[in-house]
Amino acid sequence: MKKSIALIAVLGLVLAGCATDGGDGAEEGVSCEREDLTLVQEGVLTIGTDEPAFPPWFDFDGGPSTGTGFESAVAYAVAEELGFTAEEVEWVVVPFNNSYAPGEKEFDFDINQISITAERDEAVDFSDGYYNVNQALLGFSDSDIAAATTIEELRAFRLGAQVGTTSLDFINDVIQPETEPLVYDTNADAKAAFDAGQLDGLVLDLPTAFYVSAVEIEGSTVIAQFPSGGDEGEQFGMLFEEGNPLRDCVNEALANIDLAALQQEWLSDVVDAPVIEIS
Amino acid sequence: MTEAEAPRRSTGMSPGRARRLAFQRSQRRRSLAIGAISSLVVFGTLAVIIVSSPGWEAVKESFFSWEDFKASFPDILYGFRRNVRIFLIAEVLILIVALLLAVIRNSRSPLLTPLRLGATAYVDVIRGIPTIILLYLFGFGIPALDLQGVPNSQEFWAIATLVVSYSAYVTEVYRAGIESVHESQRAAARSLGLTSAQSMRFVVLPQAVRRVIPPLLNDFVALQKDSALVALLGVQEAFRKSQIYVAKTFNFTAYLVAALLFLLLTIPLARFTDYLIRRQQKRVTGGSL
Repeated sequence: MKKSIALIAVLGLVLAGCATDGGDGAEEGVSCEREDLTLVQEGVLTIGTDEPAFPPWFDFDGGPSTGTGFESAVAYAVAEELGFTAEEVEWVVVPFNNSYAPGEKEFDFDINQISITAERDEAVDFSDGYYNVNQALLGFSDSDIAAATTIEELRAFRLGAQVGTTSLDFINDVIQPETEPLVYDTNADAKAAFDAGQLDGLVLDLPTAFYVSAVEIEGSTVIAQFPSGGDEGEQFGMLFEEGNPLRDCVNEALANIDLAALQQEWLSDVVDAPVIEIS
Repeated sequence: MTEAEAPRRSTGMSPGRARRLAFQRSQRRRSLAIGAISSLVVFGTLAVIIVSSPGWEAVKESFFSWEDFKASFPDILYGFRRNVRIFLIAEVLILIVALLLAVIRNSRSPLLTPLRLGATAYVDVIRGIPTIILLYLFGFGIPALDLQGVPNSQEFWAIATLVVSYSAYVTEVYRAGIESVHESQRAAARSLGLTSAQSMRFVVLPQAVRRVIPPLLNDFVALQKDSALVALLGVQEAFRKSQIYVAKTFNFTAYLVAALLFLLLTIPLARFTDYLIRRQQKRVTGGSL
């Protein structure tokens, strides 16, 4: 009897080892059957995102639970793969700045245009990337910055971004402007400052920049997008509490989803912004 | 000279007074010792409880990391210079604006009634609105109007907001000072031939301002801390600098660095305020208590 328990324990350890070694070796280690999933709340899939959640990622008025917008669609597709109906998905509000801080989470995963970075990965776990993101520069089409065509020409301008974002890192590390960038608590604040003319340019992820220019801020345009290198570059990932076994199951689900089709449906209009190559 | 008087003269002190002083000395020593021991026991126990708690190692690592302290310090100090500049400029402007408002509120000429009403409404309205909301309204709202000739810099609107907000409080401090000067002072000044404005300027205000210096300094301690609010407008001051560092590293030591810098300014000011209050009490009571 004792021997068999020990055997099972050893077997379990070996399997767990496989799972962590393989990264996405979910089928060997953790069961992704619905009843075996470790969830924050029994019987429902709890997904986090910020509020307000903006298009083209979510539906601004209806909130994340409408299935409208790219991230909402991806979240529901993952939920379906995991065996949850739309009614069994519950959304919780998670401010961006809190999402990747270390500690216990109140969501099973968070989907909120969060780029996968090595620094964040030390504090939380990420799914595989579900979107290859380019940073983009938003400016007013009748202003001086609209004529810029190289990174060097952008250095003279007053730029802004949200605190803690890869957009801010992009300004500091790649553009390296002559005047210190302005840094805001939220994208909403950054947009307000840009709209009020306190910034020459605002750095955002490309789909967001495209939406802002088309719908939110009149006279603004996407001056440039900065290709980050496709699958090798910057990617958005779903965020999990460090060590959450659900991550492997979500990766498995993501592999079965036609992300390209969802992207075509929700984000197809963002490709035609001018490109500035990063030297 | 009687026999009883002789010893008093030789020591300059009656035996009763000497005993009383000796007793007071021993009492002082005793309360000092009790105070020291009780502080030691209380703070020592607290320290032991904190350090031996299971989460201490994690807390030490994420809040008291010497490496992160050193790494984040230069940037935060750079940002802190902005805080200092913002509140130094704001403080001077607040003192002037608030004094004007207070004098208007305490004016008696019927001609100035509209100004008096305006000043009262200003204080009532502004004092009731949280500074953070004012900051959004002024910092993003007014520049968005795109008015000709209105400055657009973040720091300008940050300072403007702090001046508008704090002037409302400081007006009331001044007013309390002005009203604390006895009516007879004004009456005496008028009887000497001073005009109403002159008696306010030369008789009432000098006394009033001296009385309210401690509460004024108290408001400035608050103002120094509130200079961190201007980060909302995008200005990279000490708090924002530390927030950027924390967002990169998930180590909260950088917040501690910012807090320490603020303390370095506010604690001396708080001690100075206490000293002024004590000095003032001495003057009022003639040093007899």
